[in-house]
Amino acid sequence: MNKVPNNKAWWLVLPVFLLVAFSAIVPMMTVVNYSVQDIFDASTRFFVGADWYKQVLQDSRLHDSLLRQFIFSACVLLIEIPLGIAIALCMPTKGRWVSVCLIVLAIPLLIPWNVVGTIWQIFGRADIGLMGWALNALGFDYNYAANTMDAWVTVLVMDVWHWTSLVALLCYSGLRAIPDVYYQAARIDRATPWAVFRYIQLPKMKSVLLIAVLLRFMDSFMIYTEPFVLTGGGPGNATTFLSQTLTQMAVGQFDLGPAAAFSLVYFLIILLVSWLFYTAMTHADQNR
Amino acid sequence: MEWMAWTLPTAAFFSSIAVLLVVMTVWEIRSPCVERKGFLPITTTRGDRLFIGLLGSAYLHLMVLGLTSWPLWIASVLALLWLALVLRWG
Repeated sequence: MNKVPNNKAWWLVLPVFLLVAFSAIVPMMTVVNYSVQDIFDASTRFFVGADWYKQVLQDSRLHDSLLRQFIFSACVLLIEIPLGIAIALCMPTKGRWVSVCLIVLAIPLLIPWNVVGTIWQIFGRADIGLMGWALNALGFDYNYAANTMDAWVTVLVMDVWHWTSLVALLCYSGLRAIPDVYYQAARIDRATPWAVFRYIQLPKMKSVLLIAVLLRFMDSFMIYTEPFVLTGGGPGNATTFLSQTLTQMAVGQFDLGPAAAFSLVYFLIILLVSWLFYTAMTHADQNR
Repeated sequence: MEWMAWTLPTAAFFSSIAVLLVVMTVWEIRSPCVERKGFLPITTTRGDRLFIGLLGSAYLHLMVLGLTSWPLWIASVLALLWLALVLRWG
């Protein structure tokens, strides 16, 4: 059969392209322009070449927050993805409990970031917070404002509380889309529950898992509000993640040039890691 | 456009990216490419290879700036070599 190629449908992408151009491409070009200049005010600016990039790449404060950021994102993915899958597998498939579960899972997703931070800030306090008080009453020396490990665990638990539902809901929708014949075939073959999970459910969830991993990686890599409200980046700099360091630089110190250079490095890291995840997950079965 | 704080080098950079995209589009219409497997571990189209080449070039520049004290043009030469390598044999 002779297929006639027709690419006219690409014109339908034009409105989105214009929207993205205004909201993302033009601002990013401006950031690129800022990153090669020393800007004093609207009319006084000097071209400095790659100096800001050099300064930013050799700045130990940024190295530290980059390292913290990678550890944080890795922990988030390692906890939330398996936990989300497990929750989705445990959820009922029919009956009234389905809607109850869906609503309960959706509640954390509806709460704004700064409110989540405030909730956990109070929840973790030793004097008036339920969790902080209970942990201290049980004999744990828990204080997220003074102890680095406590602060990390609290920020992580907060993120898990806030976002695992997203992974669970995505996985649940993926699971519901599997036709029943697959399970029937598995029963005929006397497949173990593990085999059903490994060879039916997991491969069928691949596309939703891809979205979940990408969303959780990008979101956790850009996290700002929740740790800012909860710990303010402390104790010391222990929970100061990349975006907070960047904001301090851009808005606090008003160092627009270095901040622009660093946000582009930040962007390149997110681009590379997201592309790697995407490529690894979409090419995984092609090469098998 | 004054608020965008344009400089000549960044304008040249973005113009060349835009020209590159237009050339790739025209090339694709003239002779559509087929996915193939080169030295990269995945099958790629021409556009994939351009993306990988450009992303690699950006990282090459960052590496030269961050890890060495070489002048930046060395990074640019390396990036051009890398781009040619990926587009031809990737």
